Formats: sequence, C-alpha cells, structure tokens
Amino acid sequence: MSQPAPPNEWPLWEVFVRSKQGIEHKHCGSLHAADAQQALRMARDVYTRRQEGVSIWVIPSAAITASDPADKDSLFDPAKDKVYRHPTFFVIPDEVGHM
Amino acid sequence: MYTQSFNVPDGHGNPGPAADLKPVLSAQQQQLLAQAQTLFDAVIDADGKIEAKDWMPEAYRKTLVRQISQHAHSEIVGMLPEGNWISRAPSLKRKAILIAKVQDEGGHGLYLYSAAETLGTSRDQMLDALHTGRAKYSSIFNYPTLTWADVGVIGWLVDGAAIMNQIPLCRCSYGPYARAMVRICKEESFHQRQGFESLMVMMQGNAEQQAMVQDAVNRWWWKCLAMFGPPDADSTNSTQGMRWGIKRVSNDDLRQKFVDATVPQAKVLGVTLPDPDLKWNEARGHYDYGAIDWDEFWATVNGNGPCNKERLATRVKAHNDGQWVRDAAMAYARKQQQRLAQPKEAA
Repeated sequence: MSQPAPPNEWPLWEVFVRSKQGIEHKHCGSLHAADAQQALRMARDVYTRRQEGVSIWVIPSAAITASDPADKDSLFDPAKDKVYRHPTFFVIPDEVGHM
Repeated sequence: MYTQSFNVPDGHGNPGPAADLKPVLSAQQQQLLAQAQTLFDAVIDADGKIEAKDWMPEAYRKTLVRQISQHAHSEIVGMLPEGNWISRAPSLKRKAILIAKVQDEGGHGLYLYSAAETLGTSRDQMLDALHTGRAKYSSIFNYPTLTWADVGVIGWLVDGAAIMNQIPLCRCSYGPYARAMVRICKEESFHQRQGFESLMVMMQGNAEQQAMVQDAVNRWWWKCLAMFGPPDADSTNSTQGMRWGIKRVSNDDLRQKFVDATVPQAKVLGVTLPDPDLKWNEARGHYDYGAIDWDEFWATVNGNGPCNKERLATRVKAHNDGQWVRDAAMAYARKQQQRLAQPKEAA
C-alpha cells in the first residue's frame, strides 16, 4: 500500500464483506486485480469460500485517504476532555430508575 | 498451512544497500527517531499491536517481510505436492475435498502476500525473490508425495505441525499478520481432520492399504519434527523474535507439544511412529523422542532436497505461462478506462 504498484502489476483493492443482512460491511483484506469486476470475482474466491458473506465491496486501495498514525494524539485529543459526552458523567438519584 | 517456525536467512544475490551506508541524521532527526523507538518499545512491552503505517524499526520491518513472505511462498509451493494427486484421487468425494484444500492453500498464500505488502514490499518483488531462488519456503515441500496415503499424512501431520506453529502467530505484534493468521487457522482445522479421516478409511482397508499408510507415516514423521526448526540452543533469530512479539513459543516447546498431541492420535489410527526412543517420560510429563537428523534438514533447506529444483521449476513455469493472462486483463482494464474517459459520440 505504501508504494505505487509497478506498471504491470495489477492494482491493489481493499475488500469489505457483509457477513449477513443487518451487519455492516467489514474490511477483511486486500487483493490484486486488473479491474473492479475482476476484483469482485476474486474477492469471492479469496475471502468467502465458506459462505462468509452475502455482499462484497471492493475499493481501489489508492482511493483510501487515511489519517497519519503519527498525528493520532493531536487528531483525537479534542475528544479527551469531554467526559460529559458519556451518560455515566451524570449522577441521577436511584429512585429515578433506569434512564 | 505451513510455516517453518524458524526464519532461515534468504539467499544472497540482491543484498540491497550496504549496511554501513546509513543516511546521516541531524540532531533533531536523531531525537525524533529516538522518540519513535521509545513509543514502539512501549507498545511492544505492553503487548500491543503495530499497524501498517506506524513507525517501526527497519530490522522489525525486514524480519516481518522475510517471515511473512517465506510463509506465503510456503503456502503457494505447498499446493504442488498435493496438487499432484488431484487427478488421481481415489473417489470424486476425495477429489473435491483435495481441490478445496489446495484452493485454501492458494488463498492462504494470498492473505499472507497482502499482509507482507502492507510493509512496503510489492507482490512482484516477493514473487521475483521466490522465482529466482533468493527467498526460502518451507523445506517440507521438497519431498515427493509418492502414494495417496501421503496426501492423508500431509493433512494429519504436516498441517498438524503447521497448526501448532501458527496458532501463536495469531497473537503476533504486527496486526495485519496476526489477522491473516486468525483467518488461516480457522481453515486449517479442516485440512488436518480431512487428512486424518482419509487415513482412518485406509486403515479399515486391506493389509496393503494399511501398509501404505504406515509407509507414508514413516517417511514424513521426522520431516515434520524438523519443520519446527533448529533446537532452541541453535536458534539465533528466536530471541529477537520473542522480544518483538513475532515469535511467541520456542521451537522446542512447539515440537514437544506436537509430539505429545500426535502420539495418542497415532494410537487411534493404528500406526506406529518410527522412533524407537519415543516413550512417555513420567517425570517430565511429556514424551521423549529421538535425535533429529539436522544435516539432512539443512541440506534440503540449502537446495539439495529431492524436489527443490522440480518445485521451483513448476512454480516458475506456472507463473510464466500465466503472464499473457495477466497482461491481457490489464490491457482490457486500461481500454475500458479509456472508453469511459472519452465522451461518447452522438449516435
């Protein structure tokens, strides 16, 4: 992923599989394919040989923009001091019951 | 399937930049590097995970690329000894099972190549290393599969040994490798069970069929014990691998675990394991076993096993014969893209 593919290597695709209706598509790996249709067919053979899925997405790996792990702290820092976003921050009398 | 629990250094021929040609770093760069190393060490010490784009020491990256690509190559070359029997399987049922198993091995190779690629090495580079003989693969595949019983024994013993090796790798510190191994281990159990069951059927057959199973066990047993790699005392790579959370259990411990698990299975099957020194040691709570022939093992690793040349030649031929398919698919995809990019002419 971190280097451009050599000119004659099939491009890299990321594969997402929905395991069953009602569940989101989840990233399960990657593969090389010449185009999207071929990537789909190959994803079926590589990642769903045991009925692991009912739906597949394939996305060119190069199309994914990812946050930089080195920026992790500053990127997620703003959420750190906002404990009031969690329901447990608020003390409610026991007699109120479940809320 | 099959990892070799040790990492043999790959062959030379493309040594890369010389180790003494390190770039000169400014004081600030050195400080940043030291900080990154401290962070990395903290993650490893806390038994955490390293992901693809995280900073990692070059030696960690190199060790992983070598281990994961050797593992991937082993899966791919591992298709050959068994694939040899697809056209001669004794029944349609066994043929379908064997095709599914060999297809799994191909799949395992693909999961692993993808994991290795996250470290910045391209698929073509890895394939080139295999095809030119620079990269190693598990030496167990450099032995021939002489009879149908070999297919069963490979499932039972070779895959059984591989499972012992691979389960601890599911907890490897490198996330993409660990995730690929979880997927592989789930599928591996089918491989071992189908092999054992196929041998059970043969053991219910006539004397000749039973002898065929025993002969296959005799030929594969010691090679399976060697698959776990050199004794701990001679495994120079292991300490660093343990420190990095890449290797979790030592070669000798895994080998012992395999022997202890296999002896009762052999009893159920009704075969003997070809080792006069194999006996229960009450004091240790383990089976003792005889000395492994490491000279033969190293001769095979170094290219002089019975099938090294044939395996590599078959693999290279398959790759070269497929070149026109890969080129055609790429040419078709480019043409389709160009058509999409051009505005359609009015009809």
